Amino acid sequence: MIRETHLNALIWLLLLIIPLAAWQMGEIYTITLATKICVLALAGVGLNIALGLGGMISLGHAAFFGIGGYAMGILANHAQSYIPIMEHPFLIEGTKYMPVIWLLAIVMSGLAALAIGALSLRTNGAYFIMITLAFGQMLYFFAISWPAYGGEDGLAIYVRNEFPGLNTLVPIQFFALCFLILTAVIFLSSRLENSRFGLALQATRQNETRTRTVGLTPYKIRLIAFVISGMICGLAGALSADLNRFVSPVMLSWHTSGEIMIFVILGGTGRLFAPLVGAAIYIMLEHFLGGVSDYWQIFLGLLLLMVVLFAPGGVIGLLTKREAAHD
Amino acid sequence: MSLALFAEQLLNGVQFGVMLFLMSAGLTLVFGVMGLINLAHGSLYMVGGFLCAAVAAYTGSFVLGLMAALTGAAAAGVLVEMLVIRRLYHRDHLDQVLATFALILIFSEGTRWIFGSFPLFLDVPEILSGPVSLPLGIQYPAYRLMIIVAGLAVALGLYLLITRTRLGIRIRAGESDREMIAALGVDIAWLYTVVFALGAALAGFAGALVGAIQSVQIGMGEPVLILAFVVIVIGGIGSVKGALIGALLVGLTDTMGRFLLPQFFATFMENASATTIGSALASMLIYILMAGVLIFKPQGLFGGTS
Repeated sequence: MIRETHLNALIWLLLLIIPLAAWQMGEIYTITLATKICVLALAGVGLNIALGLGGMISLGHAAFFGIGGYAMGILANHAQSYIPIMEHPFLIEGTKYMPVIWLLAIVMSGLAALAIGALSLRTNGAYFIMITLAFGQMLYFFAISWPAYGGEDGLAIYVRNEFPGLNTLVPIQFFALCFLILTAVIFLSSRLENSRFGLALQATRQNETRTRTVGLTPYKIRLIAFVISGMICGLAGALSADLNRFVSPVMLSWHTSGEIMIFVILGGTGRLFAPLVGAAIYIMLEHFLGGVSDYWQIFLGLLLLMVVLFAPGGVIGLLTKREAAHD
Repeated sequence: MSLALFAEQLLNGVQFGVMLFLMSAGLTLVFGVMGLINLAHGSLYMVGGFLCAAVAAYTGSFVLGLMAALTGAAAAGVLVEMLVIRRLYHRDHLDQVLATFALILIFSEGTRWIFGSFPLFLDVPEILSGPVSLPLGIQYPAYRLMIIVAGLAVALGLYLLITRTRLGIRIRAGESDREMIAALGVDIAWLYTVVFALGAALAGFAGALVGAIQSVQIGMGEPVLILAFVVIVIGGIGSVKGALIGALLVGLTDTMGRFLLPQFFATFMENASATTIGSALASMLIYILMAGVLIFKPQGLFGGTS
């Protein structure tokens, strides 16, 4: 048994130390795996705000992840082909500059989350799940049938985008960038959780009627949280696209939504570090079991089933012997 | 655009809608009676497709394949219900979503393990392989017409089952008050298993029927599952009548959208971009329809309060 804060610190340190050690030993692939964990965990942290704090079971967060990915893909694609995105009424060119890409990814995924959230949050329960799923699939099919940016084949970006002062082509430097962003977002998300807004959001999850009675508007609070959650997923999508140097409709598919949700659940819903633990377990399973058997997802499925049926607090819940993340 | 072509597309839309109904009827019943959201419904559709293709290839008889799909999917449904689903009725939707998502992974990878990654092929039975002449000079494939007839027959059968039989009374009672019907001495666990198996059999039936016009492959159930969700959201969760009307609406909107939108855009823009914009918009049309229904009726066309 271990206290959750200690466990969190330990996990954070491991994620930092293992890639550094791998860098010393020249194990480049381990660094890439760790970077992947950071990026996917970031998407999980985004979803956790909607799912864990707000109780909104969204099966459509791949939409925001994919929009972030396409923001990167489209800007970098125009930059590498030297064709401006538009010339009239004013000139907009592509860019390989990460901060600009991130900004666009966050803005676009935030706008999408605003539109999807505004419609979906009119409903609740099972309707909400199905509707977020359906809107996600809408974007997926749109990406497949729209040929301008690769359609079903996706877009390949030949050189990783640039960040001032860093050489992002060096794996450990790109890892450091992703790790810092993840740490910053986890910190912000912990501040959000205990802020006035965060408490109101958790109140909408625990008891909607009481929240209304004290004069708050659940719809508005949920919508804001949904947008924040979508923006973080968008940023994660842009980073993930940069890591793989490839964007395709698969990023938008509902399997991606399911996987992001798996990260949160394997770790333990609503817990601050759950997405990180979940993403790490997922990547390690993929890496080790994927080497043993092509059908490793059977084991992932069985593990997920066991966690859902028998370990409601997720892996962190098992380690800390506390089922609930709150109260 | 000739009348015959238009009529053919219209029939294709109805056929697609009827197939969606077979999927969504089971989903909506399971949700209505047990309050369970089942993502693995598409896997049962896939099981039906694979069983039908395998048995038809082995015995050479499509009818035997269809029977195998029906019974096999129902059996898989019973097994899954008893092992996993049963533990989920009292859980929240999140647990149901995750556990059934886990089931999808297990079913898909398991099927890939047994049958390999390549699609199986299932031929339309000999008697139904030709076209049929309909009034107004319309030629339509007999097999697709058979799907429409079979689907409508299932719809009628379900209607009779739910309104006229003892099982139907229990299903309706289960929808309105679970505790009360259990208190009245109905074996609720058995009822749940039967309803789940019924939904599974319908999904397997749909998978087998469609397997002969599309290829039978891993993940074939997932696009259909999501369309079935759209159908249920439009029709109202728990309503079989809503599922029928929603399914026909979605089937017709999708088919006619793909057929008419490119032609519509071609009336005022050049052909290539009209096809691109038309087909991209057509692929989103049913979701726009769903959003439209939601704005005016958040509980769906025939949904009560959830």
